[in-house]
This record gives sequence, C-alpha cells and structure tokens, in this order.
Amino acid sequence: MNAENVIRFEETRDPAKSTSVAKLVDVEIDPATLLVSDTNELDLKAYRNNADKYLESLARDDAQLLINALWEYPTERYEDCIVAKLPPPKYVIPREKPVPQPKPLTRWEEFAKRKGIEPNKKKSNLTWDDVLKKWVPRFGYKKSAAEKEKDWLIEIPQSEDPYVDMFEKKAQVKSEKVSKNEFQRLRNIAKAKNVKVPSMGLPPTPKLNSRQLNSAAKIAHLSTASLGKFQPHSSKEKLLSRGNIVPLEKKRKLPVPSLEEERKRNLNIANSILNKKPKLDVDKVVNRQIHSEEVEASEQKQSKKRKGRGGGKKRRSKGHHPANKEGKKPKGGGGKRLFGGKGKQQSGRKRR
Amino acid sequence: MKVLNEEQTSKVFDKLAKYIGDNIKLLLDRPDGKYCFRIHKDRVFYVSEKVLRMASNVPIKNFISTGTCIGKFTHSKKFHLHITALNYVAPYAQNKIWVKPNAEQQFLYGHNVLKSGLGRITENTQKFQGVVVYSMNDLPLGLGLAGRSTAECKHADPLAIVCLHQTDIGEYVRSEDTLI
Repeated sequence: MNAENVIRFEETRDPAKSTSVAKLVDVEIDPATLLVSDTNELDLKAYRNNADKYLESLARDDAQLLINALWEYPTERYEDCIVAKLPPPKYVIPREKPVPQPKPLTRWEEFAKRKGIEPNKKKSNLTWDDVLKKWVPRFGYKKSAAEKEKDWLIEIPQSEDPYVDMFEKKAQVKSEKVSKNEFQRLRNIAKAKNVKVPSMGLPPTPKLNSRQLNSAAKIAHLSTASLGKFQPHSSKEKLLSRGNIVPLEKKRKLPVPSLEEERKRNLNIANSILNKKPKLDVDKVVNRQIHSEEVEASEQKQSKKRKGRGGGKKRRSKGHHPANKEGKKPKGGGGKRLFGGKGKQQSGRKRR
Repeated sequence: MKVLNEEQTSKVFDKLAKYIGDNIKLLLDRPDGKYCFRIHKDRVFYVSEKVLRMASNVPIKNFISTGTCIGKFTHSKKFHLHITALNYVAPYAQNKIWVKPNAEQQFLYGHNVLKSGLGRITENTQKFQGVVVYSMNDLPLGLGLAGRSTAECKHADPLAIVCLHQTDIGEYVRSEDTLI
C-alpha cells in the first residue's frame, strides 16, 4: 500500500471502503503491540440482526484506525518493504509463565553468605603460563594439553617413596577431586529438591530385586562366618557366583591363533589327555588274566576229550571259578588258582 | 565360526579318545593337508584348511555348516558325538562290535545291542569304552559304549546289554533336521 492507493480510496463514495472512521469515543491504540482497544458501546440492534456481519464491520473499522495510526509514523523503504519506526509499547502484556523462583543456594554459597565471604570477581579465561611462555585457558582440552606438555617430568619429593609412579598418583588425585566435586553437585541437587540423603554410604533402595537380595544374602553369609564356619544356606536361597555380586573384569578376547599354532596346541592337549590315563589298568589286567585262564582251561578240556575221559554226564559248577567246568570236586592245589600267589600254597578242602 | 578354546578342545578330544585312543593325533596330523576343529552355534566341525578358507567368505549370519559336523556341545556344556563323525572314527576305531544281521535293525532303530545280537567283539574291550558297531559284513553302523567287557560278555545272559547305543546311521533318517 502506498500513498496513491490511499488517495484513490478516499475518492470512492462507498463508506465501507473509506479510510476515515468516526467513533464516539476515541479508541486506544498501542501501535508497538498493534493493539486497539475499542471502548465504544455495542450497537445491540445491529448485533442481534446479524452478529457476524456487525462484528466483521467493527473489526474492520478498528483495524483501519490502527493502520491509519501506523501511517502517522515516519516510514522508510527497506528492500521492497515500507517500514515504520514504532514507539516503545504502552501496554504491558501479562507474562504467560510464573515468575521464576530464585535458585536455591548451594552449600558453599550458604556458608559464604553466613560468613560474609565475597564471591570471587570474574576470572579471566586465559592465564599466563610462565613455563610454557604462553596464554593457557583455565580449563578445557587446551588446558589439559598444556598440562601434558608441562608435565613430561615430575620431580620426586624426598619424603616420597621413589618407586611410586608419580604420574599415576597425580591422575588419581585428580580423579578423586572430580568425583568429590560430582558428589557435592549431586548433594546440592538433592538438597534443592528436598531429597533425604544419608550423610554416609549409599541410600537404601526402597525395593530390592531378587538379585540384589541374593547378593545381600551372600555377603551376609560371608560376613557372619566365624572361624571358618559358615551358616547353612536356606533352602530357597539362590546361590550366586562371585561374578553376580561384584562384576568381574571382562576377559579380553584372545587373538585367533594361526593354523600351525592351533595344531600345536591341539596336539599338546591330545597328549595331555592320552597321558592322563593310568599306566596300569587293573580292570584290563584282570580281564586279560581271566581270558588267558579260560583259554588254558578250554585247551585242557580239549586234551582230556581227546583222551576220551570226559564222556560222562556234565554238571555245571555253581561257583564262579571259570576253570572248574567239569563236575569234579576241587582239590587243594590241583586246579590253578585265580588270584592266589604262586608261592603261597593252600592246603585243605576248598570251602564254599 | 570360532576356534575351540582349551576347555572345549579337551572335551572333544576326551570323547574322541574314548573311541579311537591314540589315533586322535592322526586326525590332527594328516598327510593330506591341515585339518582343524571349528565351533559354530555349539556344533563342532572338522574342516580342512582349504575348505575353511573358502567358508570364511560366508557371513556368520548365513552360516550353517562346513566340513564335517562331528558333534555338539549340549546346554550343560557336555560334548556329544554325532553320527556324521562316524566316517572319521570308524577307520581308527580300537574297539569294535559286530552285530548279527537280525539285531542290526534293532540297533539302527536306536536300541541297545543285547548279548543275543552280539556277533563278535574285539578282545580286551573294557567296560564303558567307546566302541564302533559294525554289521557282520564290516559296514560301520554306529557308535556305542561297551556295556560289558569282553570277558564279561562271554558269561552274560542273552538279554544283558552288551553295547549301549550312542548314535547310529538310522539317525540320518530319524533326526535329519537336527543333524547338521
């Protein structure tokens, strides 16, 4: 819209298209927030006749007034747009969200306030490092890089054990500092949110799961041991290995051996398995003995048969003596003994 | 597909040694190339190096089997021989049992071998030693455990179990899908 358009509108006779709007009471216009508040009375008759049309025309009139007001301000052309400079807003828009609460003080801030300790003035981000002769930031990766550069050598103090790794010690001190700070941060959060935290140790878990209960039982079982005597386990207690209570270190994967290495390892294992077997297998020896005696007995039988003496009725012996297959009464020293020593002669009838 | 660790290897060799004794070394030291054991999804494969190298191209997700599956590890980490191992066990077997033709079918249906079905047995077979079961015309039928030692067999009554069934070639038909 520009000035020509405005002039042309004023020329038209149609009151609906006129830019001048007459109101009984002047409307309040806040151009900065583009807000018009019309305090005129509603024309109830027209409203009841046709509410939509009436409200539409009312809105159009007020919008026209707002735009007229906007044109009173100095305008300038800025990249194809006509821009007006608006005054600061008169109307204060109420805020949507509640006013933020002040942050609760941390433990240190509370202490500092009580003791009247002034907070540190703003520190500069960079500090001059005398050793490296350059500006080093107070924290961040550049700081740690600078530290590394500086600490290529650590002097061992006289009071220290010379075999202690000072680098490791330094790293440990730092990690302890970090974890202390983290602990304090969490404690401050807990205080701010009114969570009760015990001054020592870990907070009790409200509901332990079965694994936690079992591990607690296991620990209690170990700690109530007296002089190597343990309480008996209850029947329903699930026995846990150490790995279930304290997470064990993960085993590193072994590198894949080459085929030759694998073959050597397998041969070693095979050898150890084959050597494990007892040299003297009692069972085997006894079986062999029984076998040879049987063979001998059958040979004897064959030879007797050839002599034509074994023709009579045969009775199977009740005993387990395999050599005694014929129906003869055993005589001391006559038959071969299975297990008796050769030099040890027994006399008398064989008792059964 | 992984290399067997020491525990697994010793379990496999323990089992094989029951059947072929000292001859397990012959399985490792072969004149016709390098052979090795590999494990995949609890199944143990006996593979030649050449085949293994070609099998390594198959993504592990699609991998089913290579070489010869000789057995599997059970859930309780015991090793069981499969019938597929028979080809490697039978030639080296130290203890054998020959089954009479009429007991052959019973064995191939997964039953134990009774004394009545026993045709021949190698000498000095110990009790509970692994044996390879043969038919009377020297066809390996399966693997078993000696229920009686050779000497005991002679005195056993005809219904005594002489060989406890482990695997038999009937499994190629019976448990085709579980046998890789």
